[in-house]
Amino acid sequence: MTVLFTVLSLSVLATVLAGLVSLADFRLNNYGVCTIDINDGSRRFEVKGGSSLLSTLASQKVFIPSACGGKATCGLCKVTMLESVGPILPTEEPYISEKEREAGVRLACQVKVKQDLKIKIPEELFNIKQYRTRVAEIVQLTHDIKQFRFELLEPKTIDFKAGQYIQIDSKPYDKVREAVSRAYSISSVPSEKNIVELIIRLVPGGICTTFMHEHVSEGDEITFAGPFGDFYLRDGADELIFIAGGSGLAPIRSLVLDILEKNLDKKMKFFFGAVRRRDLYYVDFFQELERKYSNFEYIPALSGAAPEDEWEGETGLITDVVARHVPDGVNRQAYLCGSPGMINACVNVLTKIGFDRSAIFFDEF
Amino acid sequence: MGSAPAISPFVIFLASIFTSNMVLSNFLGMCSFISVSSEYKTATGLGKAVLLVMVFTTVINWLLYHYVMVPLGLDYLRYLLFIIVIAATVQIIEMFLDRYLTDLHMKLGIFLPLITVNCAILGISLFMIIRSYSFLQTVLFGIGSGLGWWLAIAALAAIREKMAGNELPPGLAGPAITFIITGIMALAFVGFSGIFMVM
Repeated sequence: MTVLFTVLSLSVLATVLAGLVSLADFRLNNYGVCTIDINDGSRRFEVKGGSSLLSTLASQKVFIPSACGGKATCGLCKVTMLESVGPILPTEEPYISEKEREAGVRLACQVKVKQDLKIKIPEELFNIKQYRTRVAEIVQLTHDIKQFRFELLEPKTIDFKAGQYIQIDSKPYDKVREAVSRAYSISSVPSEKNIVELIIRLVPGGICTTFMHEHVSEGDEITFAGPFGDFYLRDGADELIFIAGGSGLAPIRSLVLDILEKNLDKKMKFFFGAVRRRDLYYVDFFQELERKYSNFEYIPALSGAAPEDEWEGETGLITDVVARHVPDGVNRQAYLCGSPGMINACVNVLTKIGFDRSAIFFDEF
Repeated sequence: MGSAPAISPFVIFLASIFTSNMVLSNFLGMCSFISVSSEYKTATGLGKAVLLVMVFTTVINWLLYHYVMVPLGLDYLRYLLFIIVIAATVQIIEMFLDRYLTDLHMKLGIFLPLITVNCAILGISLFMIIRSYSFLQTVLFGIGSGLGWWLAIAALAAIREKMAGNELPPGLAGPAITFIITGIMALAFVGFSGIFMVM
């Protein structure tokens, strides 16, 4: 009897409180219909207020880049507010510089739509679309890296610059009940408009990489949005230094192939750092390119080669290998893609060699 | 309702700030006290949020306890119910601030959800029942404890900011030295005892 009464009264109280919370949510979190004006009237939407600007825009098919999915940890979803919507939040502070703050830049995931908004975003973001695709082929490249080839179903073609990335939407699986969206660089060439290739390393415990590695098979349908990012070829140098580690090879492959295809007059050196021989992939592919094109040089290096690897190539940390092969920064640009640790170390070494900070481009993950 | 102790609410108010400070003499609410005290600015933000939530939840829990739980004989469920009430209150307060006091919400926003699991908040609700405080005593106990917690974390953060540049033996850096500072602060607060007598 007591048990019954206890359970009953607990449930009643919990229900009352839950009711109060939802009532509060309904009354207080209801901001009615708000108008969002983008780029001085270039687009206008009437939307329901109360959610973040990032998700509200996504519901209108305007995709702002975001690698973390709205948790204020990547700092990518910057938009300029033309009318102030209040002070910047502590969660945004690390990502917004003094200059940007004065210009009204905010993180779209941290701004809640509560009133009519006037915002400015780069025009090219309108080029970003959501793609429905089919997984055409999965190739195991190393023990923890797979390559995925997607055939675009709707829309059927994509226009991107070599080096850019897309964001995959994962689906819930096993105990993971949330769908997340994560950024991956495109490894295929822009001229192949109907397909997109990605190189994905399995990160232990990673929600989206585990999904891609263990719960996606050939023939499955996947959606992604893109293209995003400003990691693409810039004018102004005769020699390009590419440095990558792990799955950072993806955008570099796209860049190198694009440059060779367009017959651009550039010398290229591609440094790829790995620990053991089993972490290397696409070796034959790049060696073949090296034989075919005199302006391309491929330099793989192992930092922890064991005797059984029978490795005769470069050894040591990738930064040391780069320092041995690159004399100075004159007329050179560097494009880096890899872990933040690798990028930091490379930026340090390159600036020491004499590279200007503005001639170093990188994509961190 | 039990008979409330014959202590002036004003004395309870001062005592809960100084002599029986929630953190420094009861050691409640330590998790956020230790982890969110490296910067004075954020620490005071959290302090204010704790004060706000403490006042609201003590009042609501007091009314709930005396007008619902005691008449129904649900006294034994108080841990559970207090926690649920705290969680719901925090959510509603957050939505209310977001709508009507946007500036305050900007400052407290990220701290409010953290406070749901702050043991000082639950502790104070339980203390007021154990000590059978009257309504007025409870209100001032809530305000005092909140101010006391705010004072303590602000003081700790100020100290930590001052010594941020100092070199420490590796084993002492971070939480370890913070615990030692907290201990010394607690000793200093013992100096207040004898000024007000409660309990």
